[in-house]
Amino acid sequence: MKRTFAPPYLRPAAVLALAALAAGCDLEQRSFQETPPGATAFPAVQTTDIQAGPKSADPSVGVYQENRWAVSQGQTWYEQFNCAGCHAPGGGGGMGVPLNDAEWIYGSDPENVFATIVEGRPNGMPSFRGKISNTQLWQLVAYVRSISGLTPRDTWSPRNDHMQEGRPNRAARPEPQLP
Amino acid sequence: MRLPRALLALTAAAALAACGHRDLSALDPAGPQAGRIAALTWYLVIVGSAVFVVTTGFLLYALWRGGRRVENYSGEAAERHIHRWIYGAVGVTTLILLVTLIYDFTTGRALASFAEPDALTIRVTGHQWWWQVQYIDPVPSNRFETANEIHVPVGRRVRIEVQAADVIHSFWVPNLHGKVDLIPGYTNTTYFRADRAGVYHGRCAEFCGYQHARMDFLVIADPPAQFAAWYRNQLRSAPAPADSVQQAGQQVFLSTRCAMCHTVRGTEAGSRVGPDLTHLASRTTLAAGTLPNIRGSLGGWVLDPQSIKPGAYMPPNPLEPDELHALLSYLESLK
Repeated sequence: MKRTFAPPYLRPAAVLALAALAAGCDLEQRSFQETPPGATAFPAVQTTDIQAGPKSADPSVGVYQENRWAVSQGQTWYEQFNCAGCHAPGGGGGMGVPLNDAEWIYGSDPENVFATIVEGRPNGMPSFRGKISNTQLWQLVAYVRSISGLTPRDTWSPRNDHMQEGRPNRAARPEPQLP
Repeated sequence: MRLPRALLALTAAAALAACGHRDLSALDPAGPQAGRIAALTWYLVIVGSAVFVVTTGFLLYALWRGGRRVENYSGEAAERHIHRWIYGAVGVTTLILLVTLIYDFTTGRALASFAEPDALTIRVTGHQWWWQVQYIDPVPSNRFETANEIHVPVGRRVRIEVQAADVIHSFWVPNLHGKVDLIPGYTNTTYFRADRAGVYHGRCAEFCGYQHARMDFLVIADPPAQFAAWYRNQLRSAPAPADSVQQAGQQVFLSTRCAMCHTVRGTEAGSRVGPDLTHLASRTTLAAGTLPNIRGSLGGWVLDPQSIKPGAYMPPNPLEPDELHALLSYLESLK
């Protein structure tokens, strides 16, 4: 007879633990219908004093900021909509301000970045009002904030969308935060 | 019990026969390479079936005969008899495999040596989930771009250079040739020739994400004169809006989300994210073979692509009714 040293309850306990682990496995649910067709939810234009901009209370903000898929989609739009044309691939800046540092002229909250893209800013930043869907805008906001490490670490982009030589973009290793 | 089974078999056979889609069939070749592939397929099917029938026949014979004793079947004569059969069967098997190997090799060689330096060159780039088609010509002004629909002249060799923009895809027009994979960062090349005019369906043959199943395209083989006319028309910029409605539609196109991704040559819209729409109305399908290109489906697609092709990268476009109708009139004018 084979001798076992394990207590008799070990096997059922292991099975239960495995079942509990398996139950924890959950594919991320991805919804393609974030913006119901027909809805236009751009915030009104802010034409008053100079300030960081209005904050719209959009419940989906947090969802996009903590979602790796949203960040990577935002990276795609960043390159395809030619944000990279002024802010450089990876957000190093050029004709436009760098996005990979800790300086935010118009605020670093998601709502501020959203307003910056939608309304444009003086001295060069054009307004993209009506040109980009809300979903894509929030994805872009998530990516822009991820460049300087403002979104959770596991959402940062590890690579560029395009073939490249040398090290991956800065999002994986954000610049040290300036005081 | 016996009749239902026979009926079931008949129904299954009928269902299989109905599977044949004439425009999407490797067994209905429209070019020399597809012809070779089809011939090899038929050869393998016929030889394989014959081998199956013969071996099954011997097996059944052995089962039937196995129970009986054969008197005086021993000694040298019997040994020779058995050996004759064994050597004979091994010899026939080797011969069949050898012939198949040689046939397969010569077919592969013929498929691979179809290159021709002055073939019509078309660059096909796979995107999630549509096909970008660029006609390449040494003269830059003779190049243009379209999407999801490839016109080729009958009787002329076509060189297809395939690339992938995001993930792997596979370019497959069964009536014309076998598959060729699209690999990001690498250009694959294939050649084919259409020998009879017609519309042939193509399909992405490598799983590439949510809408892999809705990533079709058409290869339209035109007689040379008709192809030349089509080519000349595609080279042109989009026609100017003909009336005030189309004018308003063009404004909608340029001032909303459309222009962020699409090109209409001759206007300020020059983005290369989505398909080139310069001659959208000259194409027969929308969204890579998902919808027929008619006003109704165009409107539905513009308003809410996510209900038609969930996961596609085109966002919903909430437009006012008059804006939508103007836009549709404009898009329909892009012949």
